[in-house]
Amino acid sequence: MYEKYIPLHQVHIGKTCIIKELKATGSQRRRLLDLGFTQDTPITVIRRSPLGDPTAYLIKKSIIALRQEEASKILVEIIRN
Amino acid sequence: MGLTCNACKRKAMQDTYHIKKSNPNQMIIALAGNPNTGKSTIFNELTGLKQHTGNWPGKTVTNAWGIFKHKNQEFILVDLPGTYSLFPNSAEEEIARDFICFSKPDATVIVVDASCLERNLNLVLQIIEITHTVILCVNLLDEARRKKIKVDLEKLSVELGIPVVGTIARDKKGLEDLKDIIYKVCSKKIIPHPKMTTYPKEIEDEIQKLIPMIEPLVKNKINPRWVALQMLDGDLKILEKITNYPNCKGGCHDVRL
Ligand SMILES: Nc1nc2c(ncn2[C@@H]2O[C@H](COP(=O)(O)OP(=O)(O)OP(=O)(O)O)[C@@H](O)[C@H]2O)c(=O)[nH]1
Ligand SMILES: [Mg+2]
Repeated sequence: MYEKYIPLHQVHIGKTCIIKELKATGSQRRRLLDLGFTQDTPITVIRRSPLGDPTAYLIKKSIIALRQEEASKILVEIIRN
Repeated sequence: MGLTCNACKRKAMQDTYHIKKSNPNQMIIALAGNPNTGKSTIFNELTGLKQHTGNWPGKTVTNAWGIFKHKNQEFILVDLPGTYSLFPNSAEEEIARDFICFSKPDATVIVVDASCLERNLNLVLQIIEITHTVILCVNLLDEARRKKIKVDLEKLSVELGIPVVGTIARDKKGLEDLKDIIYKVCSKKIIPHPKMTTYPKEIEDEIQKLIPMIEPLVKNKINPRWVALQMLDGDLKILEKITNYPNCKGGCHDVRL
């Protein structure tokens, strides 16, 4: 079954997904890679701040907060159990 | 754009980063690593000083330095702010990056969290591109054990080509070994041979073209391969940084991009 990738900020809390593609470029891309947002890495959505932004993600055993602007540039595939 | 030699700016940088040795035999050791890996805890144990430690808001935002002695050798230990990468994203990260890259410490101890090595190794790979005198300190081994993670320190040392020491800084465990290894690296009894990243041929070719042009500008102050990589990565301000940094000055008027 063909599943299209979705941007990370659309993933619901508690869900785990796999990073498939980074749309970010330049220093923002560099930064995301340095924070561990590399291809095929699993990532879990932990919680959203009261105002909806930023959101905390569990990635490579650390919790990292991203703004929607950044998360929208990370394309992921949801894992279905 | 030509780069200007700004005396005032240079003086300011000297005040922030220049660590004065009280005698020429002292060795300078940098403590680098990701945020929250126990750098300040190690710093406090080794120097007997009291840098604030703990999670936010205890995090280190500026350089602190102190002295420790081992086998009659004096070391100046510099506690750096935590950073994920040598491509800085904040003022603190820039302080750490500048010190690691431009101040030529006699050795750099990279403190990593044993319970999330993969994340931490990114910075390790970046640092070994700029300096060979590196020691890996795998801290928080108790946390790792609690999470049932076993770290093969010997294998890690072979894979990276650098000395590795395991510690539990909060319980003062492994710190004598750490001091010993620092001593041995500084006295050249151990010579690290880090296994650096090789890039695809197109990039390696460009690096080889740039190195002979960079070498005369930086003399032996900084690793020319690293400078070439930064330039290929698009950081054209790197040469300005190098000429402004106190331990790397010289050639300031020669540098034009
Ligand atoms: N369990 C455990 N905790 C440790 C160990 N070493 C340090 N800690 C704790 O980890 C926390 C962070 O330690 P710091 O020394 O402040 O870390 P840091 O690397 O200086 O942090 P930044 O300055 O923010 O980069 C503190 O609460 C320490 O007590 C260790 O080996 N085991
Ligand atoms: Mg600290």
